[in-house]
Amino acid sequence: MVAVLNRWVRHVPPWTLYLAGLAHIVWLFWLGETGGLGPEPINALERALGETGLKLIIVGLAITPVMKVARINLIRFRRAIGLTAFLYISVHLLVWLLLDVFLLSEIWADIVKRPYITVGMAGFALLVPLAVTSNDWSVRRMGAAAWKRLHRLTYAAAVLGAVHNVMLAKTWAAEPLTYLAVMIALLVLRLRWRTKPRSGNAGGMGRARQGPEPVGKGMSA
Amino acid sequence: MAHRWQNNLVRNDITPEAVWLNRRAFVASAGVVGGLGLIGAGRARAETLEPNSFEDITSYNNFYEFGFDKGDPVKYAGALTTEPWRIEIDGLVERPGSYALDEIVSAMTIEERIYRFRCVEAWSMVVPWNGFELADLLTWAGVKPGAKYVAFETLYRPKEMPAQRGGSIDWPYREGLRLDEAMHPLTLMATGLYGKPMPKQNGAPIRLVVPWKYGFKSIKSIVKITLTDKQPETTWNMLQPQEYGFYANVNPQVDHPRWSQARERVIGGGLFSAKKPTLMFNGYEDEVAGLYDGMDLETFY
Repeated sequence: MVAVLNRWVRHVPPWTLYLAGLAHIVWLFWLGETGGLGPEPINALERALGETGLKLIIVGLAITPVMKVARINLIRFRRAIGLTAFLYISVHLLVWLLLDVFLLSEIWADIVKRPYITVGMAGFALLVPLAVTSNDWSVRRMGAAAWKRLHRLTYAAAVLGAVHNVMLAKTWAAEPLTYLAVMIALLVLRLRWRTKPRSGNAGGMGRARQGPEPVGKGMSA
Repeated sequence: MAHRWQNNLVRNDITPEAVWLNRRAFVASAGVVGGLGLIGAGRARAETLEPNSFEDITSYNNFYEFGFDKGDPVKYAGALTTEPWRIEIDGLVERPGSYALDEIVSAMTIEERIYRFRCVEAWSMVVPWNGFELADLLTWAGVKPGAKYVAFETLYRPKEMPAQRGGSIDWPYREGLRLDEAMHPLTLMATGLYGKPMPKQNGAPIRLVVPWKYGFKSIKSIVKITLTDKQPETTWNMLQPQEYGFYANVNPQVDHPRWSQARERVIGGGLFSAKKPTLMFNGYEDEVAGLYDGMDLETFY
């Protein structure tokens, strides 16, 4: 079963994810323009983009645990998932800047005065170096260990994004809290695997300090 | 009441197909709706108020009893039964009791009121309500001298209101007004909109509308009204007292701790509409500012 799935997954080229993400974003804009997102499309668009970005980050962070626990190998999609998440969150930010707030003075005031905006912007800022270095050339140039260390920032960005999502609700709502709980669970899992390194394991993330290991094309995102 | 509200809306356009008779014939006195303009004396009312579409008003709702998403009420409120409906009026009143809605409504005069509606979440609509002045109902029930506040409660019926089965809010939903706010001629008990009976997702069969306060004060599907001498507990204030006050007057100068209240998104403008500045007391400053003379509106938010 797992073997079949792993074999099947090998035939799906990762670039299809970029295409699907792009098509989905265009679709969301089209819905917004034609009434499909309800009477208040700007907020609906912001939420749809932000939440999809958050979900993709969760999926990206879950890839190693899934491989360790279920032996399903989706590593070759990780870079595409991460970059597609970045695409969603960038467009989310652009919608906020250009369609929602728009006034430059208010944008700055919001970033400084509104904690949920500050937190969201901080999360985005952390994602930028990760997106910029999500390519083979950067992995080679930085070296695997340094690259992995840098990309642990994903966890910080993920938690900031999830906190941002919790903070903008009118009150404590179940769904944003669930995202945050999942993020924290993934982070705790990551920390536990780091303190109790397992040997002879396919997952690389927990063993970054144990010396060189192959970082192939599929491992680098 | 010393003075009744002077309706300053004029009918400069009549849309015959939009004329609807309420099932209880509530709107006999004001059944004409359409592109109504608002021409007022105050500078804030010099604009023309264009009501939102029936579709906007009935598909974008905060009615947490049916779920936290704006689209939940229209999806789930169909399960609500609104007949029979009784309202219990108790506390410091001359004629306490449990009254059938029809009995109350038949004693009242239904009018149309086109009001701005401003949510604490910084979005707004314009709604053509049908209803009667809360003051008339309170006078009808007889307010005893010691009464200082009016408390309201929404229906508690978890079988029909799915989110009431969850525990994040201490149901039933509760709201309250100071007696002078409750007696103000702008304060409406609404039984319908666009000349139709109140849609369930908007708080059928009867709800409060206090146009100069944030929307959460305008409690829906009311089953209980209590006259009291103490400031009543109100749901959002109980949930997050530092963010939602008892007064909750629309005020562009007092921000919500987490977001600005200076501007609002007008619902129905599409993807490329800009926000518009929020008006003091939601544009009803001339009518209601006097209620708060000498009060620090930053302290009593």
